[in-house]
Amino acid sequence: MALNVTVVAADRGVWSGEARRVIARTTEGEMGILPGHEPVLAIVAGGEVRIVTADGEHLTARADGGFLSVENDRVMVVADQAELVDA
Amino acid sequence: MGAQQRVFKAKINSTKSLRKIFKAMELIAASRIQKAVSRVKAASPYATALTRAVSAVATQSNVEHTLTTEPEQIRRSAVVVLGPDRGFAGAYAANVIREAEELVGLLRDSGKDVALYTVGGKAESYYTFRDRKIERSWTGFSEAPSIENAREIGETLLEAFSRDYEDGGVDEIYLAYTRYKSAVSREPEYRRLIPLEVVEAEDGSSIPQPRTELRQPSFDVDQVFPLYEFEPGAAEVLDALLPRYIDSRILAALLNASAAEQSARQQAMNTAVDNADELIKTYTRLANTARQAEITQEITEIVGGADALAASGAGD
Repeated sequence: MALNVTVVAADRGVWSGEARRVIARTTEGEMGILPGHEPVLAIVAGGEVRIVTADGEHLTARADGGFLSVENDRVMVVADQAELVDA
Repeated sequence: MGAQQRVFKAKINSTKSLRKIFKAMELIAASRIQKAVSRVKAASPYATALTRAVSAVATQSNVEHTLTTEPEQIRRSAVVVLGPDRGFAGAYAANVIREAEELVGLLRDSGKDVALYTVGGKAESYYTFRDRKIERSWTGFSEAPSIENAREIGETLLEAFSRDYEDGGVDEIYLAYTRYKSAVSREPEYRRLIPLEVVEAEDGSSIPQPRTELRQPSFDVDQVFPLYEFEPGAAEVLDALLPRYIDSRILAALLNASAAEQSARQQAMNTAVDNADELIKTYTRLANTARQAEITQEITEIVGGADALAASGAGD
C-alpha cells in the first residue's frame, strides 16, 4: 500500500507520485498521513510539506496557502504557490 | 519612368513591407497559441482539485456562505469585461464587448444598476470613449495573465461584493470573456461568478456548478464524496476555499481569453497577408499596364515623328 500524492500549484502541477508518508502543517498542527488515513480536508498553514516517496527518498515541497485532501490513499496538496525544495 | 508607374511601384513596395509585418505577427501569434493553450491545461489540475473540494464541503455540511447564497434582492451587478490590450485581432475585441453590452442591456432591463470592470486596453478605451464609468480597469496582462493578476481582480471583486449597496457595493458579479474553442473558433460568452450557482447533483445533494468547458475534470463531479473530516472546521475550510475557487475561475477565464486573443490575431493576420498578396498582384498588373501604355505611347510618338519627318522630306 502506498499513497498516491499530487502537489499542484495555481498554474501548474508540481509533483505527483507514490509515497509512503506525507507530513504537513495544518492550521491545527502537524499532521502525518500514512496509507489508510481517514478522508480529510484541511487548510495548510503554509510552510513545508514533507513527502517520503516509495523509494524512501525525502522530498520537501514549499506550499503557501492552500489545502490538503486525503481520500482512499489519494493525497492532494493544493497550494497557491508550490515548489520542490532540496531537503 | 513615368509618373503613373512610379505611383504603383511605391504602392507595391509599401504593401510588401506591410505584408512582412503581418506575416511576422501571424507567426508570432501562431506560436503563442500553443503556449496559451498549454497554460490553460496546466492550470486545470488546480481548478479541478478546488472544484472537487468546494463541492465536497458544500455537499457535506450545511454551512451557509455569503458567496453561495442568493441575495434577496439584486440591485447592482458588476460586469467584468475581459478584452485584449492591443488590436490586430480582427473582430475579437468588438465581439466580446458586444457580448458584454448585451448582458449590460439585460441587467438594465431587469432594473439593476451595472458597475463596469474592464481588463485590457481595448475594453477600457471603448468605455472611456463613450464616457461610461469604469469602476476599475486592469491593463498589461491580457496576453499572458498570471495567478497574481487573477488574485488581484478577485480581491477587488470580493471587496466590492462585501460592501453594502449604499456604499457602492455589488450583489452579483458577471464575467464576460471569450472562450477558446479551437485555433479557428472562439466564442464570446458571459457567466455569473458570484453568487456561485448551486445545482442539484444526481445524488440529490447540491454542489456548485462545475465549469467543465473551462477545464477537464479527471473525475466525475457527481460522484459521492467520502465523509471528510474538516480541519479546523467546515466553515473555516469553505472560507479559505471559496476565494481561491473564485480566483481560479477568473484565471481560467483570463487564460481562455488570452488563447482566444492569440488565435483571433493569427487568423486576422493570415487574412491580412492574403489581402496584401491580392493588392500586390493588382498593383503589379496596373503597373505593367501603365508601363505598356507608356511604351506604346513612346512608339506612337517615334513613329509619328518619323512619319512627319518622312512627309516633310518627301515634300522637298
